[in-house]
Amino acid sequence: MSWTPAEPMVSIKNVHKSFGDLHVLKGISLDVMKGDVICIIGPSGSGKSTLIRCVNALNDIQKGSIKVEGIEVNDPKLDKLQLRRKVGMVFQQYNLFPHRTALQNVMMAPVRVLKQDKSIAEETARALIKKVRLEGKEDAYPGELSGGQQQRVAIARSLAMQPDVILFDEVTAALDPETVGEVLETIKDLAEDGMTCILVTHEMGFAREVADHIYFTDRGIIVEHGPPETFFQNAKDSRTKEFLSQIL
Amino acid sequence: MSYKTDLPVMLQANPHAPEPFLGLKLWHILPIGLIAIFGPGLAFAQSTNEAQSPLSVLLDWAPLLLKGFAFNLIISFCAMALGTIIGGILGLGQISLLAVTRHSSWFVTQFFRNAPWLVLLFFAMFLLPFEMNVFGFKVPFPDWLKAILGLSLPVMANVSEIVRGAVRSLPSGQWEAAESLAYTRLQTLWLIILPQCIKRMLPPWMNLYSILTMATVLASIVGVNEVMTLTGQALASEGGRPELLAPFYGFILLLFFIYCYPIARFTVWLEKKYAFIT
Repeated sequence: MSWTPAEPMVSIKNVHKSFGDLHVLKGISLDVMKGDVICIIGPSGSGKSTLIRCVNALNDIQKGSIKVEGIEVNDPKLDKLQLRRKVGMVFQQYNLFPHRTALQNVMMAPVRVLKQDKSIAEETARALIKKVRLEGKEDAYPGELSGGQQQRVAIARSLAMQPDVILFDEVTAALDPETVGEVLETIKDLAEDGMTCILVTHEMGFAREVADHIYFTDRGIIVEHGPPETFFQNAKDSRTKEFLSQIL
Repeated sequence: MSYKTDLPVMLQANPHAPEPFLGLKLWHILPIGLIAIFGPGLAFAQSTNEAQSPLSVLLDWAPLLLKGFAFNLIISFCAMALGTIIGGILGLGQISLLAVTRHSSWFVTQFFRNAPWLVLLFFAMFLLPFEMNVFGFKVPFPDWLKAILGLSLPVMANVSEIVRGAVRSLPSGQWEAAESLAYTRLQTLWLIILPQCIKRMLPPWMNLYSILTMATVLASIVGVNEVMTLTGQALASEGGRPELLAPFYGFILLLFFIYCYPIARFTVWLEKKYAFIT
């Protein structure tokens, strides 16, 4: 691929997506540079989750272009596995594999998919579990962990594949309030390490703190965007203002 | 987590009910004992004095009948094994991404699932040759083998549905998580989906086995030398004494009950155990 770090790592251009008659995305464009942390916010049903699920081809798009490091996602001949090695994803419902321990959840994909040596993968996995502050929980099954702990294992699992960008799909929405903080802390660590992150979130305080750029979507389009300082203080669009006044 | 499912396996069970041994309560001994003791005794009372007592006739024949019953069990093992292997493949065919595979697997499954077992057995009996030509050698194709094939057909169809249902009952998030970690579809199935399905499939699969075991007596209608056929022959050679009917058939009922009831209890126990693991 002819991609260089000077170009956007993820480039979304005029993306349209429908589920049957329901037109969910109506021409969305945004660029994410390497090391950027962007937050996508907006009311429920505005297409935020759909948008990021299109980036790793969990959903297909009908029109437009999404490029990840030069790989065109909207290409019938796309090698999805190749794309998904570059793009990690963390889900609202964690989606850990309940029949495997935390450690196995983290090291399974590197061993099976990347064909890493088992001992190396295990070493990396242990380090990642330590990084998400879950030392001592390696042998716990997901069912034995709290929501926040499960979500941190899910983040470690995604990191183990050494992705270039991670998608976070409302990762704190299903959590108890007291465990939201520990997950956000983990994501903040990643952001500080320079990981490229695309987050869909309702945590405005967090977005303001870690995001380099904020996009506000409503009814399938980007209504307004900007760096957090200007976005939160000088929102121009009436829909953005209304949303922010409800949520802040 | 809650799953959308129509499998009874996944319904919540009452965790507090105490579990007596094999689910048998004290008073259950009464009817079982009555059948065992008074069944033959009652028949004895009806019999004339010069004839041997029904109980001792039964005891004389019991070894042969037990051999016949063992044959029923062998038929059930083989039909279950065959049906499970083919049905497993058929079930995976039902979730294939290829529409042709999916639809044809679905059709075969539905066809055999909605067919009477006895009719399938007759088909296997009378449509399959009695011997086959394999590389010039004549290989006999005995009735019991045909019975196994005939009974494995409905087992296959039911296993196929069990597999499909179990896979469908897993939350789609498991597939998505695996996909986004770049697992291939085969890896996803083998490493993530199927291991989670096994425990969901086990109770309905054992239930099916129990039903199959009881259905093996159908083979008597097509002349296989299993326990019912042998019973008929034994009764005939005893001169068709009517007072022997109850003890002989009661004995067979008892054999099947002793074999199948623990399986049913174990299934219930498994269902309860797995109802809480998500």
